[in-house]
Amino acid sequence: MEHIRMPKVENVRLIDRISSRKAVLGTLYLTATHVIFVENVSETRKETWVLHSQISSIEKQATTATGCPLLIRCKNFQIIQLIIPQERDCHDVYISLIRLARPVKYEELYCFSFNPKLDKEEREQGWKLVGLKEEYNRMGVPNNYWQISDVNRDYQVCDSYPAEVYVPKSATAHVIVGSSKFRSRRRFPALSYYCKDNNASICRSSQPLSGFSARCLEDEQMLQAIRKANPGSNFIYVVDTRPKLNAMANRAAGKGYENEDNYSNIKFQFIGIENIHVMRSSLQKMLEVCELRSPSMSDFLWGLENSGWLKHIKAIMDAGIFIAKAVAEEGVSVLVHCSDGWDRTAQVCSVASLLLDPFYRTMKGFMVLIEKDWVSFGHKFNHRYGNLDGDPKEISPVIDQFIECVWQLMEQFPCAFEFNERFLIHIQHHIYSCQFGNFLCNSQKERRELKIQERTYSLWAHLWKNRADYMNPLYREDHSQTQGTLRPQTAPCNFLYKFWNGMYNRFEKGMHPRQSVTDYLMAVKEETQQLEEELEVLEERLAELKKVQLNNRKQNSKQQDRNKHIELSTSNNSIANTPQDYSSNVKSFPSRSPSQGDEEDSALILTQDNLKSSDPDLSATSDQESGVEDLSCRSPSGGGCLPSEDSGKDSDEAVFLTV
Amino acid sequence: MEFAELIKIAKVENVQLSCPGLLPVKGTLCITSHHLLLSSQPGGNGEQGMVELWLLLRNIDAVEKRVASSSGSITLKCKDLKVLQLEIPGMEECLNISRSIEALSSVESVMMMYPFFYRPQSMKLKDGWQLYPLQHYYQQIATETTAWRLSCVNGEFTVCPSYPAAVIVPTAVDDNTLKKAARFHQGGRFPILSYYHKKNGTVLLRSSQPLIGPNRKRCPEDEQLLSAALNRGERGFIIDTRSAQAAKQARMMGGGTESKSSYPCWRRLHGPLERGRPLQESFIKLVEACNDTSLSMDRWLSKLESSKWLAHLKGALSTACLAAQCMEREEACVLVHGAEGTDTTLLVTALAQVILDPECRTLTGFQGLLEREWIKAGHPFHFRCARSAYSHARLKQEAPIFLLFLDCVWQLGRQFPFSLEFNEHLLLVLFEHTYASSYGTFLCNSEKERCLCEVKEKTHSLWSWLNQPSQQKKHLNPLYTYNALVIWPSVEPQSLQLWQDPLTLDIRPRFKQWGL
Repeated sequence: MEHIRMPKVENVRLIDRISSRKAVLGTLYLTATHVIFVENVSETRKETWVLHSQISSIEKQATTATGCPLLIRCKNFQIIQLIIPQERDCHDVYISLIRLARPVKYEELYCFSFNPKLDKEEREQGWKLVGLKEEYNRMGVPNNYWQISDVNRDYQVCDSYPAEVYVPKSATAHVIVGSSKFRSRRRFPALSYYCKDNNASICRSSQPLSGFSARCLEDEQMLQAIRKANPGSNFIYVVDTRPKLNAMANRAAGKGYENEDNYSNIKFQFIGIENIHVMRSSLQKMLEVCELRSPSMSDFLWGLENSGWLKHIKAIMDAGIFIAKAVAEEGVSVLVHCSDGWDRTAQVCSVASLLLDPFYRTMKGFMVLIEKDWVSFGHKFNHRYGNLDGDPKEISPVIDQFIECVWQLMEQFPCAFEFNERFLIHIQHHIYSCQFGNFLCNSQKERRELKIQERTYSLWAHLWKNRADYMNPLYREDHSQTQGTLRPQTAPCNFLYKFWNGMYNRFEKGMHPRQSVTDYLMAVKEETQQLEEELEVLEERLAELKKVQLNNRKQNSKQQDRNKHIELSTSNNSIANTPQDYSSNVKSFPSRSPSQGDEEDSALILTQDNLKSSDPDLSATSDQESGVEDLSCRSPSGGGCLPSEDSGKDSDEAVFLTV
Repeated sequence: MEFAELIKIAKVENVQLSCPGLLPVKGTLCITSHHLLLSSQPGGNGEQGMVELWLLLRNIDAVEKRVASSSGSITLKCKDLKVLQLEIPGMEECLNISRSIEALSSVESVMMMYPFFYRPQSMKLKDGWQLYPLQHYYQQIATETTAWRLSCVNGEFTVCPSYPAAVIVPTAVDDNTLKKAARFHQGGRFPILSYYHKKNGTVLLRSSQPLIGPNRKRCPEDEQLLSAALNRGERGFIIDTRSAQAAKQARMMGGGTESKSSYPCWRRLHGPLERGRPLQESFIKLVEACNDTSLSMDRWLSKLESSKWLAHLKGALSTACLAAQCMEREEACVLVHGAEGTDTTLLVTALAQVILDPECRTLTGFQGLLEREWIKAGHPFHFRCARSAYSHARLKQEAPIFLLFLDCVWQLGRQFPFSLEFNEHLLLVLFEHTYASSYGTFLCNSEKERCLCEVKEKTHSLWSWLNQPSQQKKHLNPLYTYNALVIWPSVEPQSLQLWQDPLTLDIRPRFKQWGL
């Protein structure tokens, strides 16, 4: 609290970014965890809440006659533009936010103060929802070829690895330790995914410290052990996900890549995914395009191409496809690494797992996948997503890219995933929100030391509780396209990769389809289920009535007949009425907010609610519903909605609609 | 001319057909007056079973042949953008086949086209041609206001050859005045009512450019006609689909645009839209980019950008929204015109109606809209759709303006997935039928030509086929719920997507259309 210089500023204006002429007046509050803007309009009192941990940058712009503008960019791609009347207030808010957005201790993060009012037991249950031991059991390990190793029990071999790692049975502790000494950050080859059907596996590690000529017998034995764990195949692929040039440059630093001659029976393969710095600047460039005010089609397409973003997404996907193919079709095991083996390697292993195993395409499975390939294997969440104040060069949208790959796959296979786009968006949101403990720190070791599970809550339990909001109504696990391995199209790539408007312009509601097919179908599905239940009840009653009728047939059969008739006709009526019910459901779907009525997720709910109320386009009754694209605002005459009269002089001058 | 003279060879055995999305098929190839047929050998086709391809020769845009000593291959590039490859044993057979296809597919005479020969048993001639008469549309307006009347001034197509026989005009203006106003407009296309907005009584008018010329001519009858469209004290907007500069330049060629001094109640806006050759070139570039399978992600985006197709799309939607906004929000009447008034003008007026009027978003309402605003309104389909994106022939008057319209409607459907009663499949079918069809609906350039060719007497209407219950079922949007509101689309680049269906080479979605 000591960092808040200015807890409240009045008469602040919040600017609508799409049309800068619209602004709402309200009060700005700074709390220990949130920035809150409350509109003055008395009926709605609409609120916009932004978590400090979501703030990625704050920009104070030149003071104008109307006040001092402050631009807040968020990690979930929300952009908030405020105009604060007094420059001194603006400065105070600015200084406060700079500090609040960059906490220096983990204890300052929201998850340590966030209290969803669950008891201890519920919290513990929450953390147990996703278990990696069960997951490896599900895959079929330990077995004859793979075992759990306690070599890293106290994180002594590798401090960024989990305590429990799965390694080939033939790899002794001596081999593991020896191999770890020959790998960057001691990240030795360990099992990420095992394919029961053909024994092929995906293992992951960091780059070998091979330099120009160094060798390590144990490391060579380690790779051989991985190959032997798959008796059906006489070689393994070693996939280096870096561009060849980068890998070669690493050799000069005593690192590098495997020499095919030194390892028996490996096939080495480069897949050029760029490093975190290239990705950071690529996202930056793409976001600049998203921020353009009324860009032309050319501006947009050029900007998108220039950013290279989709090219990078494709590179990651291609790597995942290569590995999935090797495992599923060739039955060959794969060892994946990049430099340290915690960014590109995590991306590629998880994309490959997702393609290979339908389980990861369920809601629960997807949580497990993130837990396995990202959380447990030491993806540096704190550094990459800037949770604590740190080196800005460490920040990079690594998991964002993975999440986008999933979305791109969802677009190609609309029936293959149990969850919907909203699920992905909310996971992305919470990776940055620090509201739950899952993604804190850089490794399992740090999380254990901080006692995360005892002091914070798990996101997975929260998402699971609200799973109805994240269901994909089109999901069909029995569909031929979605069973077994997904085989995405690879060429031509023309149409395949699309700009993800739902994520990067998430808060520009006017740009999205005004009617949500997912919500509609979910409503229909629920309705159908209800009707089916009703039908069942009615059938039971009918059967009972028939029985009664049978018993009483002799006495008063006529009356019973009449009763039965009435029964039936009412049930028919209720069926005939459903179309109206559907449409009322449709009209009310905006209220089916993802976390509605759920006090725990206050940050998210409020933003969601805000979106809704800020978006007249969704409030089904007014004429505003469909949302007007303000075209006239681009006419140079400015001013009114349409060009005002010009002063009597004739003319051939007219107003242009620039398009 | 006899078709038989053009058929150099009627039948070749052991021809292999391959196209994306289909395993190669081997069978017998036949050439008839209007079709290319390929029927697979029984049993020789594995899982696919019997395959029979019926391809209208009219659909073929380009024929590319490669011959070797003992065989040859022909690539057929279709106007609906599909690409087929035929492997033909025998060099001579190959040459003869390609010569026959080239000759038959470029028959120019309308009366020789397939719709004049197509006689399905299940349908009756004349059905469907009277489904959407303008009289019906007028009667709806007449229940709301007496300010508009139906005029038969163009009954003989003498006042305006590209207008239909009946048009809706202000009651206050007599036919003589109309005739004089017509002489002041290019092609005689004087301002007529295109759409009546029931909600507030405003109207959408369309015309061609006034013939103002370098000497700034005026026409009192035209001024009278336009002021009669407004109530006393009302103001209207003229939306010119050219840039201000282009409109000004048009004066040198005898055209121009309404000046403020002569039409004091009207304010001019410009929403420049591309048409004609630049649009056709954009289409060609787009198709090239889509068919280039070697493109990397980067080159694809820049090729897409340089085709400008999406920019045209954005422009069309923006201008249509502007027209709709003037009517709905400003409660003002709108006149739309470009130069000839048969292309971008119709694009804007038709699109504005889909945005404003829920009736136009139903299956029959949409057909009615196409009938009124494209076919009867004199969009020169015969010229515009003579060739498609693959043709090597010199471009004449081809332009995919109607395809652009369908694409815009597709975008509306994507942004408002419950608001259109029909689905994208219908849009795809319409696209295909404008270029090659068994039905007469899109033949000729105007009602006058259709009368001369007796299209309505001698061909079947596309609508009567589409309205058969079995067809209708395929074209309905299961999510449709009537939405009385205006559907304002977002025209931000992020919100517009490439409509892939017509552009993918994969033949599978078209199996049914082609009788595969």
